Amino acid sequence: MTRDEIFNKVRTLLVDALVVDEEGVNMQSRLTTDLGAESIDFLDIVFRLSQVFGITIGQGELFPENPAQQADMVKDGKVTAGGLTMLKSKLPHVDFAAFEKDPSVKRVGELFTVEAVVNFVERKLATK
Amino acid sequence: MRWMWIDRIVELVPRERLVAVKNVSMAEEHLHDHFEAKGKRAAMPIMPACFILEGMAQTAGILVGHAEEFREKVILAKVGKAELHREAVPGNVLRYTATIQHMDKSGASTAGVVELLDPMKGWSAETIGTIDLMFSHIDQNMSGEEFPEHNFVFSESFRTLLRTSGVR
Repeated sequence: MTRDEIFNKVRTLLVDALVVDEEGVNMQSRLTTDLGAESIDFLDIVFRLSQVFGITIGQGELFPENPAQQADMVKDGKVTAGGLTMLKSKLPHVDFAAFEKDPSVKRVGELFTVEAVVNFVERKLATK
Repeated sequence: MRWMWIDRIVELVPRERLVAVKNVSMAEEHLHDHFEAKGKRAAMPIMPACFILEGMAQTAGILVGHAEEFREKVILAKVGKAELHREAVPGNVLRYTATIQHMDKSGASTAGVVELLDPMKGWSAETIGTIDLMFSHIDQNMSGEEFPEHNFVFSESFRTLLRTSGVR
C-alpha cells in the first residue's frame, strides 16, 4: 500500500471518528488542536486503524500513556530530558522537533498529527 | 423505577453478538410526559430516542462485559453513530442486536441494529435504526484514577436480567 493510499484511508477514518470535514484533514493536522479529538477519540482511532488496516496495536504503542501521570517523566510542568528520550524511543513515528523547543506537558497532545498516524501505519504494515 | 431499558436477553453468542428485547408499555411513567396533551393537541406517547439509545448501550454493554466474565467495569465512552427513523409506541417490542466490531484490553466497539416489532403488523420486524457505540474498560484506561473495587456497572438488576434470561 502506498503512502498516499494509507493517508486516504486514515483521512476517511478520521472523518468518521471525529465528525470533521474531509477538506480539513491534511498531513499537518493535529488531532487535538485542529481536529478536536478528545481522550476517548484516541481509543476510537486505535480501534478503527486496527480494523481498517488489519493491524494489532498495543496499548500505548500509537499514543503514549499520559506522561503527566508518570512522575519521572515530568518536572515543573515540562517533560524532562529523560522523559523526552523515552518518548522518542517509544514513538518513532512522531516528529518531536517543534515540541523539543517547548516540552510543556500541556503540548503533548499536539505531537499527534495525521502524519504521525500515517507514519505509524506505514511502519506497522512494513513489518506485518 | 429501575434504570433497566431491556427486558430480556434472547440470544447470546459470547464475544460476538447479543440480542435483547424491550416491551414498550403504557405503564411507563415517561410515556405520559413524552408527549403529554397540550392545548388542542392530544397526548402522544412515544418512546424517547435517548432511552432507545440506552437500551442499545445496555445490550452492547452486557455483551462486552460478558466477554471478560464481568471482571471489567464497562463504561459507555462514545456514541459513534445513532440513527432512528421511526418512533416506537406502547404495544411495540424493540429488538436490539449488538455485534462486537473490535475488542481488546482497553475496551470494545460495537455495531447495533434496532428493530421494531408491531402487533398491528403481525409482529413483523422492521429495522428502524442503527447505533454504533464504544466502550471503555475504565480500570485499563484511567490509570491513576481510583474506582470502587466492586463492579458497580453490573448491578443486582443486571444480574437478575442475566439469570432470568438463562445467561451464565
